[in-house]
Amino acid sequence: MSRPKLMIWAVRASLLYLALGITFGSLLLFHKGIPYAPGAWRLLPAHMDLVLLGAMTQFVFAIAFGIFPRFRTEPRRGNEKLAWGALILLNLGVWMTAFSPYSGLWAGNLLLAGRVLEAAGVLAFLIHAWPRVREVVIILREKAPDQGEAR
Amino acid sequence: MPKLTRWYIKFSLVYLLAALLIAVMLAGRTLWTLPAVLAALSPVYFHLFMVGWVSELIIGVVFWLFPTLTSEKKRGNEALAWAVFWMLNAGLLLRVISEPVLTSAPWAGGVLAVSAVLQWLAGMGFVYLTWGRVRPPRRRRKS
Repeated sequence: MSRPKLMIWAVRASLLYLALGITFGSLLLFHKGIPYAPGAWRLLPAHMDLVLLGAMTQFVFAIAFGIFPRFRTEPRRGNEKLAWGALILLNLGVWMTAFSPYSGLWAGNLLLAGRVLEAAGVLAFLIHAWPRVREVVIILREKAPDQGEAR
Repeated sequence: MPKLTRWYIKFSLVYLLAALLIAVMLAGRTLWTLPAVLAALSPVYFHLFMVGWVSELIIGVVFWLFPTLTSEKKRGNEALAWAVFWMLNAGLLLRVISEPVLTSAPWAGGVLAVSAVLQWLAGMGFVYLTWGRVRPPRRRRKS
């Protein structure tokens, strides 16, 4: 399997989100066991968004982009610009949503904008991936008589 | 399929079953009265599902199928990979035991904190181990 640049970047980004999301989650869980910071619960929306959308959804998109059936003609993975756009929108949305609770008066607007960007990113990926989700027929060629046995 | 992957997949299936059994119990609250300890299982249910089932399945398959590093050290530091497995599962199980009884048992707070540290270490270990295996394919030398 070839590994396109988008796939590598998105998997690495998802690992970073996972690290950050787990860190927030662990801080929350630690606080639940031994309270140390009254404001710790404000990390909950960021923990959920970073893990569920930043890490898991992005990881699934990255692997799907790499391994879904390809077309016979170029561009073999479909509209790659659309896939890049999807991931950029998703990432912007995750950041805006995750950190909206810390933006004071702008919190509500930032949350809404973040959610819109996340949805737009998912829509863009859906449009990219839709035609690639199809039946693939693999034609096995018979070996020519002079090829002998496989090693 | 490497042994570590087999363990991850088997554990993840057991967690899925456990999560769904808790879901059945919670869904039946209209039919039967649950003791306070069991009624507080919602976060446990969610984390058994997302950490125990989804994450462990993904981690196991990633360890198995992601590009290998070298012919000698195929999947990186295997001792660390096993340590990640045990820390993640110990952390999750300590959470399952301690979180529901948090309000009534004073010891549970400390156990929950230990669970948080173990799961965090496991997460960082997984990211470290996987990072090096996410790379463009090597070009083959012509001999």
